[in-house]
Amino acid sequence: MSEAISVLGGARFTGAIEITEAGLQGMISLRGDLADAALRAAVTSATGADMPDVRRITFGDTGQVAWMSPDELLLLVDYARADAVVADLSAALANKHHMAANVSDARAMFRLHGTGAREVLAKGAPVDLSPQAFGIGDLRRTRIGQLAAAFWMTDAETFEVVCFRSVGEFLFDWLCVAAEEGSLPEFL
Amino acid sequence: MLKLKCPACGVEAEETEFAAGGEAHLKRFGPGSDDRDFTDYLFGRKNPRGVHFERWRHAFGCGKWFHAARCTATLEVFGTYSARTTEPPADIVAAIKARRPGWEGFK
Repeated sequence: MSEAISVLGGARFTGAIEITEAGLQGMISLRGDLADAALRAAVTSATGADMPDVRRITFGDTGQVAWMSPDELLLLVDYARADAVVADLSAALANKHHMAANVSDARAMFRLHGTGAREVLAKGAPVDLSPQAFGIGDLRRTRIGQLAAAFWMTDAETFEVVCFRSVGEFLFDWLCVAAEEGSLPEFL
Repeated sequence: MLKLKCPACGVEAEETEFAAGGEAHLKRFGPGSDDRDFTDYLFGRKNPRGVHFERWRHAFGCGKWFHAARCTATLEVFGTYSARTTEPPADIVAAIKARRPGWEGFK
């Protein structure tokens, strides 16, 4: 069995804010009818989190549930648990039209922490990131620079960002440049 | 710069988050149709100066297709609506008529 490694092995940068590559993170892409009771129950039993509203993420004891599109969720669980959770979901939804796939190794995840985290993301994403418009539990799928990415807030100074693994190193470098000491406009 | 509201995820986002998909409400002609109709379906576009109905995809967001009504001359967006329809809904038509009283209507 090969040893699993994350895209940058937990790389870290400290500038105006702190940027950390999150390491191995279990991620499951789940598509199906999000209004379906069986799907909702399966998601809650896998993560302990409630079903998220549109463009929201919910936090549970054993995972997080992110709204990705009207028929897609991203489940965040421990890396080691991901395959078992996919098996449970597939069993629970066996007679429903759905897709559950372990995409942990296809994605990269970064954590942005610091008072300026909003401004770092706002340099590249066409999103209103003011505290009035974007708060804890809010999620956006959008672009950062030219890259497709999704991000959400876990607390008042922390964002988590996911993107495709193939562009993970580029996004990390991009974020590090955007977070250079003294480069934030201090507007938000 | 256009700002469009994605009807699927409710986000009001700017143009760079979307991908344009050409004219909306095309009537499709497939196998068995005559060559003239098929050619028109493939290549014939209205390309108007003024009110235009377009397909867009929220490419960097939820990934869903939707339709938008906008003016090609002023870039004013009259509204966006679900792609699961063959003609613009009444509220979109009303919004266009309010802004463009001289508009000849859809089709």
